[in-house]
Amino acid sequence: MSVKKLLHDLVVLKNEHLNRRHFVLELKAPEPLPEILPGQFVQVLVEDSPTTFLRRPFSIHGYDPANNTFQLLIQIKGKGTHHLSLLKEGDKLNVMYPLGNSFSFPGGKNVLLVGGGCGVAPLLFLGQWLKAAGVNVTLLTGWKRKEDIFEEEAYRACGELLVTTEDGSAGEKGMVTGHSVFKSGRAFDRIYSCGPDRMMKAVAHIATRKGIECEVSLENTMACGFGVCLCCITPTNHGNQRVCIEGPVFDAKELGW
Amino acid sequence: MTDLSINIGNLKLKNPVMTASGTFGYGEEFRDFIDLGRLGGIVVKAVTGNNRDGNAYPRMAETPAGMLNSVGLQNKGVDHFVKEIYPKIKDFDTVIIVNVSGSTIDEYIEVAERINELEKIPAIELNISCPNVKQGGMAFGTIPSTATEVTAAVKKVYKKDLIVKLSPNVTSIGEMAKAVVDGGADMISLINTLLGMAIDAEKRTPVLSTITGGLSGPAIKPVALRMVYQVSKAVKVPVIGMGGIMNATDAIEFMLAGASAVQVGTANFIDPTVTMKIIDGIDAYCRLHKIAAARDLIFALNT
Ligand SMILES: Cc1cc2nc3c(=O)[nH]c(=O)nc-3n(C[C@H](O)[C@H](O)[C@H](O)COP(=O)(O)OP(=O)(O)OC[C@H]3O[C@@H](n4cnc5c(N)ncnc54)[C@H](O)[C@@H]3O)c2cc1C
Ligand SMILES: Cc1cc2nc3c(=O)[nH]c(=O)nc-3n(C[C@H](O)[C@H](O)[C@H](O)COP(=O)(O)O)c2cc1C
Ligand code: FES
Repeated sequence: MSVKKLLHDLVVLKNEHLNRRHFVLELKAPEPLPEILPGQFVQVLVEDSPTTFLRRPFSIHGYDPANNTFQLLIQIKGKGTHHLSLLKEGDKLNVMYPLGNSFSFPGGKNVLLVGGGCGVAPLLFLGQWLKAAGVNVTLLTGWKRKEDIFEEEAYRACGELLVTTEDGSAGEKGMVTGHSVFKSGRAFDRIYSCGPDRMMKAVAHIATRKGIECEVSLENTMACGFGVCLCCITPTNHGNQRVCIEGPVFDAKELGW
Repeated sequence: MTDLSINIGNLKLKNPVMTASGTFGYGEEFRDFIDLGRLGGIVVKAVTGNNRDGNAYPRMAETPAGMLNSVGLQNKGVDHFVKEIYPKIKDFDTVIIVNVSGSTIDEYIEVAERINELEKIPAIELNISCPNVKQGGMAFGTIPSTATEVTAAVKKVYKKDLIVKLSPNVTSIGEMAKAVVDGGADMISLINTLLGMAIDAEKRTPVLSTITGGLSGPAIKPVALRMVYQVSKAVKVPVIGMGGIMNATDAIEFMLAGASAVQVGTANFIDPTVTMKIIDGIDAYCRLHKIAAARDLIFALNT
């Protein structure tokens, strides 16, 4: 049985701008939050904007049940995310949550999390969850340049933080998939990845070659987010699956990656 | 308390608000949000003869005040519907209608015959917007003579209420309405989605895998209202109106234009509780305007 989906007006406790293109919204629920797992997402209604018609999906970035709050890390892409970036403390936001499946618990003690761009959004929550369960987390993140890096402290708190930048201004130069950790012969029990499809595919190929299990989180465009429109499907080795219900997290092998 | 009940054909609806095919799954996913028993009816996703995978991803493009979809007729086929889905939905306390689709007249007949055997399904909605493979892919619903033909063929095997759902992608909607009534349609529902297209200027590619797709949502409401009005004038059978209904006022407008009942589609994606708000809103409107029964709104347009 899946957890009951909720539809609430949440209160914006904080809107923290990390840089020109990224911000973190902290949202408070009116009642005790249900159990939310890393990988799950929410559907946000962007109000007062005639051109953003459908809800916008965002991964859960942080979860604090003791305070009834959770966080979203949002990259400004277009009109909807721009509108959300202007939200102020005390504003209300209509949110459907929690949606989708979640990352699964690894079979062993050592895991690698690989995030590119906004793909770090679900990985921080995942890293915190795994660390709390005694798993050794290595988090590999890819950025354009040093100035773009944010939330370093939070990532480090989960475990070892590895960085690549395209211009070499921090960490190793290049893309995450070129990072030396993949050549080091270090043994991981599972790799988790979120980011652009191309990056996740490349990560999945490395994982397959090394015989490591790999879970990826997809961001297909969605209309409903709760399984009824069939717009978000991805082909898998057992037929079309809905990214919003059977996903967003898939075993890379299921996707044929 | 307003009398919200609507009787059309042999159907007794608690109220005029139903859900549109392809936008409500099989109802199950909405149970977290609403009491399905309050709905006037549910029209389930298209059922075809055999399993269909539907179209490739991407299947959706958001447009101003609407969306384009190219889901296609993804479903597991009529056998799966009868054996796996029907037992789960048959005892819902609302009217359940099955949307029937096909690529050939034989396929429509095959599905309609199977659904005819299901005791708790009082009506089917014939989706004639599908491409007719024998007629070079032109939709059954765009040529009056084929629309009459498919309706008549299904009417022969289907003994309960036959609703025919019209496509808006035609020159004369009144002519199509007459054509399906000639074929034996007991009721007409409209509109299905309007053919549209979205382009990604940066990538210089179509957004949808199928290049074109079906437009739904508030963007199509004025077109839908006009067509419901024209069909209501052209034929005597009850009309079920839809296209961009987001709130009670929209639903009332459709009833004033001639619809006996309405279906809510895309709005369910944004607010899964919207149907409940529409039912309450129709009730509130009737009380405010001292209208005793919702059925008094049907075609009550002052022109
Ligand atoms: C399950 C899921 C989880 C997601 N998690 C996050 C997250 O944690 N943080 C975050 O910043 N973003 C996330 N996204 C992507 C986010 O939903 C989109 O960036 C957002 O909807 C864009 O809205 P907009 O109105 O600003 O852009 P629009 O004006 O609608 O579009 C601007 C550009 O963004 C592209 N775009 C629109 N929707 C998507 C999408 N779903 N995926 C990729 N590109 C899209 C459009 O093609 C267009 O090029 C997630 C998406 C999914 C499906
Ligand atoms: C994602 C999606 C899937 C649909 N699938 C079907 C279908 O299987 N059969 C059908 O007759 N109509 C289908 N429709 C059309 C709707 O039932 C309805 O006619 C149309 O969307 C207009 O109403 P709306 O603007 O309220 O959505 C679909 C619409 C959408 C948006
Ligand atoms: S977004 Fe509607 S089914 Fe997944």
